[in-house]
Amino acid sequence: MVGEDKPFPTRAALAIGSLVTLVVLLAALPWLLSDYGLSFMVSVMSYLVLTVAWALFSGPTRLVSLATSAFFGVGMYTVAMLIKLMPLYATFAVALGVGALLAGVVGVLTLRIAGMFFVIFGFGLSEMIRQLMVWWEINKTHTMGRYVFVPFDATLIYEHLLGLAVIVFFVGWQLRRARLGLALMVIGEDETVARQVGVNVPFAKVAIFVVSAMFMTMTGALMAPRYGFINPNFAFNPLVSFQVVIMAFLGGLQRLWGPALGVIPLIILSELLQTEFPFWFSVLLGIVFMVIVYFLPRGVTGLIEDGWKALGRPLELQRGLTGPLVDAWGWMSRPIILPRGIAGAIEDVWVKIAPQTKGRR
Amino acid sequence: MPVIEVIFGGVILGGLYALVAMGFNLQYGVARIVNLAYGEFLMTAAFAAFWMFTLFGVNPILGMFLSVPAAFGANWLIYRVLMTPLARRARTRDQLEGETILATFGLLFVLRGAATIAFTANDRYYDYLGEPLRLLGFTFAANRVLAFATAGVIATAVWVVLQFTRFGVALRALAIDPVGAQLVGVDVRRLSALAFACGGALAAAAGTLVSTFLSFNPAIGIEFTMKALVVVIMGGIGNMLGSLAAGLMLGVAEALCSYYVDSGLTLAVAYALFLIVLVVRPRGLFGTA
Repeated sequence: MVGEDKPFPTRAALAIGSLVTLVVLLAALPWLLSDYGLSFMVSVMSYLVLTVAWALFSGPTRLVSLATSAFFGVGMYTVAMLIKLMPLYATFAVALGVGALLAGVVGVLTLRIAGMFFVIFGFGLSEMIRQLMVWWEINKTHTMGRYVFVPFDATLIYEHLLGLAVIVFFVGWQLRRARLGLALMVIGEDETVARQVGVNVPFAKVAIFVVSAMFMTMTGALMAPRYGFINPNFAFNPLVSFQVVIMAFLGGLQRLWGPALGVIPLIILSELLQTEFPFWFSVLLGIVFMVIVYFLPRGVTGLIEDGWKALGRPLELQRGLTGPLVDAWGWMSRPIILPRGIAGAIEDVWVKIAPQTKGRR
Repeated sequence: MPVIEVIFGGVILGGLYALVAMGFNLQYGVARIVNLAYGEFLMTAAFAAFWMFTLFGVNPILGMFLSVPAAFGANWLIYRVLMTPLARRARTRDQLEGETILATFGLLFVLRGAATIAFTANDRYYDYLGEPLRLLGFTFAANRVLAFATAGVIATAVWVVLQFTRFGVALRALAIDPVGAQLVGVDVRRLSALAFACGGALAAAAGTLVSTFLSFNPAIGIEFTMKALVVVIMGGIGNMLGSLAAGLMLGVAEALCSYYVDSGLTLAVAYALFLIVLVVRPRGLFGTA
C-alpha cells in the first residue's frame, strides 16, 4: 500500500515482475513451438481475449450476453469485406468502429429495459446479422464469401492477440479500482440500490458493454487473416458465443483471471473432438455446461478457493481416525430404500448438494 | 400474385407462429422458465413425424396423438428433474430466469447435437397433401391450409381451457402472481410442471405441422425459439391472446418481406418488429404490467 514502509521487493513489485516475465515468455512462444503448437496457442489466445472481455460485462452485471459471436463475426467480416480496398490496419480500425457502434445501438435499445430483453436480443443477433449479410452478398455484391490473403501470418496474429490480452487484463484490473467498476458491482448486486445512490445505471451498463464488445470485435478482426476464405456462415458461428459462456463459467467469474482457467481445457477438448466428431463436441459441451450450472456455480476458481481455504484450516478429527470410518461404515450398511422411486432419490441428493435457500420463491 | 394472396399466406404462417408462441408463453409466462431449448422440441417432433410418415406411412395429423403426449411426458420430466432444483435455489424471479437460460442453453446444444448425430444435418422433406386447394378464389397448398386449421383448433382449445376451466384459472393466476396464487391454494410446483409440459406438447404439435409443409433439419430449432421469444414479448408475457395476435402479425410481416424483398430475411423481420416494440412499448403490445 502507498505510504507504508516495506522491504524492497514488495508484493506488488513481485507480482508485476512475474507478470512481465510471463508475458515475455508467452511472446517468445512462436519461436519455440511447432506450427501445430502455434495454431493451438492462437486459438487459446483468441478465446482468452473473448472470454475475459465477456466477463468484463457479464461478470459484474450478471447479464448473460449471448452476442459474442455477433461482434466476433462483425470484426472478422468487416476485415474480409474491406481488405481489397484499404490497408490491413485501416480495416482493423473500421471494424473496431463498426463493432463499437453496433454495441452502442444494441446496448442503448435493450439494456435500458429489463435484462431479459437484452439476453433475448443477443441470442439472435448473430443469426440476424448472418442472414442480412448473406442476403446482401447474394443480391447486391454477388459474392458468396471473400478471400483474405495478406502477409499477416500466425506469428503476427498471435503477438497481436497477446497484446490485446494484456490490454483486456489491464482494463479489467483498472476497472475494478475505478468508479465505473464499483458502479457495475452495485448494479449487479441490486439495481434499485445502485439507482438510489446515484449511479447512472443505463450509462454504466452501455459503457462497459461497448468496451467488452470492442475487444470481441478486435479479436474477430485479428483472426480474419488466419482463414484464407471467409463467408458469413463461417464468421457468424453461434458456437463461439456458447463456448465463451462455458469457458467463463467453467473458470469462474469472481476473479479477473478466473475465466482464463476455463479456456485451456475447452480448447483442448475442441482440438480433440471438433474436426472428427463436431456434433459430439456440441453434445459434450452442452453436458459440461449443464454440470457447471448445476454443480459448480463458482467454476474452477471456486474449487481452487475452497481448496485453498481447506488447506489453511487445521484438520478436524475429534473422534480420531476411526470416527469417519465408523460413519462411512454406518452409511454403507444402510439398506437401500427408494420410497419415492429413483426420481425421489435424485431429489434427496439434490437437496443435499444444492445451496440451501432461505424462504420460498 | 396479388398482395391479398400474400397476406393470406402470411396469416397461415402466422397461425403456426401463434401456436409456437402460446407453448412458449405457457413455459415462460406461467412456469417462469425461459426455455432456450424450446425449438429443439419442435424440431424433434418434426423428425418424429417425418420418420413415422416415411417408414410406416402414418398420417402426420394422426401421428400427433402419439408425439404430443410423448412430448408432454418428456417436458414434465425435464421440469421435475432439471428445473425444480433451479426453481428451489433461485431467490428472485430474475435469478430464476438467468439460471434457466443457462441450463436450457446447455440443453439446446445437447439436443441439437444429438439430433445431428442421429439424423445427419441434411434437409428433410416429405410430401403430404401437396396438391393445390382453391379457397375463396385463391389457391393454397392443401397442407398449409390443414396446418393452419389444426393450429387454429389447438389454439382455440388451449384458450377455452385457460378461460373456462378451474385448471385454466389456476394457470392464469400463477402467471399473474405466483405468491398470490399460492395463498389461494394453487399448488405452484405441480401446476408449473404441468404448464411447462403443456408448453412442450404445443411445441410438438407445432413441429408436426411445420414438417408437413416446410423442409427442416436439426438446426431449425433456434430460429423458432427466437420467433417464439419475439412473439411472446410483442404480445405480452403470459397473455395468450396477445401471442395469437402478435404471431399473426409476424406471419404477415414475414410473408410481405419474402414477397417484396427476399425470403432469406425472415429473422431480420422478426427482429425489426421486436425492436419497434422495444422502443415504442416495452411491456408488449397488449401487456398491462
